[in-house]
Amino acid sequence: MKSLEKVGTVLFGAGFGLFGFSGLVQAVLPYMVMKDVKYVTLDEIAKNVSPEFVDLAERYPDEFRKAYGEPDSKSYRAALDEGRNVYIAEACWHCHSQFVRPVANENQRFGPVSWPAEHQNELQLPQLFGTRRVGPDLIREARKRSNDWHIAHFWDPPMVVPESIMPRFTWFFDANGKPNRRALALTTYVQWLGSWLPESDELLTNVIASPGGEK
Amino acid sequence: MTMTSYAISNPTVNGRPLVETALVKAHIIAALCFFIYGLLAGLVFALQFHNLYPFVGVEELSPGRVRMTHTTAVAYGFLVNGFMAGLHWVVPRLTRRPTLSKNLGWFVFMGWQLSLVVGLLGILAGHAQAIEWAEIPTYVDPFVVVTAAALAANFLPAIWRLGKGGPLYVTLWYFTAGFIWLALTYIMGNYFPQWLIPGSGGAAITGLFIHDLVGLFLTPMGWGLMYYFVPTMLNRPMWSHAVSLIGFWGLAFFYPLNGVHHYLYSTIPMFAQYSAVIATVGVELVVMTVFINFFVTLRGSGSALRDSLPIRWFFVGMIFYMTTCVQCAYQVTLSAQEIIHFTDWVVGHAHLVMFGVFGLWVLGIFTELWPRLVGRPWWSHRALEWHFWLTALGMFFMFVALVAGGLVQGFVQKGLNPWEDYVSMSRPFWGVRIFTGLMILMGQVIFIINMVKTARSPKPVEAAAVRAEGAVAPASSVATGVA
Repeated sequence: MKSLEKVGTVLFGAGFGLFGFSGLVQAVLPYMVMKDVKYVTLDEIAKNVSPEFVDLAERYPDEFRKAYGEPDSKSYRAALDEGRNVYIAEACWHCHSQFVRPVANENQRFGPVSWPAEHQNELQLPQLFGTRRVGPDLIREARKRSNDWHIAHFWDPPMVVPESIMPRFTWFFDANGKPNRRALALTTYVQWLGSWLPESDELLTNVIASPGGEK
Repeated sequence: MTMTSYAISNPTVNGRPLVETALVKAHIIAALCFFIYGLLAGLVFALQFHNLYPFVGVEELSPGRVRMTHTTAVAYGFLVNGFMAGLHWVVPRLTRRPTLSKNLGWFVFMGWQLSLVVGLLGILAGHAQAIEWAEIPTYVDPFVVVTAAALAANFLPAIWRLGKGGPLYVTLWYFTAGFIWLALTYIMGNYFPQWLIPGSGGAAITGLFIHDLVGLFLTPMGWGLMYYFVPTMLNRPMWSHAVSLIGFWGLAFFYPLNGVHHYLYSTIPMFAQYSAVIATVGVELVVMTVFINFFVTLRGSGSALRDSLPIRWFFVGMIFYMTTCVQCAYQVTLSAQEIIHFTDWVVGHAHLVMFGVFGLWVLGIFTELWPRLVGRPWWSHRALEWHFWLTALGMFFMFVALVAGGLVQGFVQKGLNPWEDYVSMSRPFWGVRIFTGLMILMGQVIFIINMVKTARSPKPVEAAAVRAEGAVAPASSVATGVA
């Protein structure tokens, strides 16, 4: 028993050894499983420009041109990246999760239960699973609401959801009340979340879709 | 009622004072500054839940950003500074040697405060890192790592030299391992999921980081300090040395295996989820032995709970600790997770662990140390009582409200009610949270006024009530007396 009280045992056995063991079980093994799932880069994700991105360019032509120019793969990539960064900076991820669990009727409320390939991409580095829902999950948000809805919602959430307690993001807007590049970016990003799912009403039981992949 | 233990003896060892009291004081003051900021940040963020946010339209004070500074300021600013104050007080006494270097101590002090201030401003400026409890911007991370390494370098040599002579006292097991774990945990959590490992694999590491920060730094530092302060203040050895061993090695083995339980029912491989659940139940059972060890030690000295405020802070913190352990052992099961994950239940749990346990311990240590650091008795004992009761009751009712509200939220979600129900049904609980938060804030304001008044009160008559306790190494001899 005395050896368990020695400084060397504590320092190397507990300090390094058991920490390393936990890293093996809880981090390295899950990583080994996941590394066979294809990693999708932002370039691959942005290859096909989303209809919502084009819609933003049509709805807010001046603001869009000023921020992103033409709606092509390059600008779509920039908007997704910037949108994700705004999502992080404003702590959206502290009140909205990004995975649907197989319990608590979540597939009925949000959509199909999440699977690993959905998260194996550059926009989930760092991952944005979230641990708290003050607002609803967002991983099935794409196409549920219009761009206009999102823009109005960022300006003043109770305008579209009277009970909402989401903060206003007035700095996403110019002095004349038009959305600036941050509003366009965040809308693009939110409209991307789950956009890889097939657009059909049938029950999605065996879907293996992922960002940047075939639908 | 006596509060006479306000004088210290601080012998000179190798030409240096054993304890750098100025550093202890500085860390206490820094801790309280960050704590007040953290409380204010939490309070204004709580107002957002009632659409009463005072800074609508101010980008740098937006609720989301302020929320991230709330947890950062309390965890790294208040708790870690508080623990550092305790380390500077305790380690030299147990090792009979001063720290490696006074200047290194001040380097750690300045480095830590600077990293935190820049980190908090960075978060408010919109540079947060998307890892929970690690929102400090990526450009500050290297400085935090260097400071954490310097912290270890300042304390470990003395412990190592003492350790060559034979077994160490319990406190030093916890501290030794805790120094290593802090640096390793911070590097793991801030770098791997940020730059290298995406998605589910990254989430597994993030979960590990969230959990290790609490379990492998705050918990060992906290228990280490308790193993010093409780036996020395009660003037009796710990009940069982064998149980101390079980507690430490049980924590070291099971605690780090818990990480993935923060993302149950996610897309992380199920073997990792199941093992995390089992390890969590394991760790709660094992660390319960520590709780038992302390309460049996208290047996026969129960009046200390009434007469000594620090002892009261410590033991109420331990009762909260036991509460979180019992709670954790069943909330971690998958069937409980279905309802309570994503709700305020978890927020209540986190508040009880971070503040109800470690926060109360740190405040107890401050209550013990401050009069001895300024060489004067407490200005007002009644103010200390108000501080204790406002804080402890505020914490308790906040916990109850959040846990109860979490259950409501969980069932409203499962019941497929519209999200508006979730908000309207949560409002009463969120209201209680504001009120109890105000209680806690008020308690700290009273405490700080008391501290200032104490420091400015006239010096007491020389040596009227000097307690010779606190000299070199009473703890190891007292506390290891029984095996």
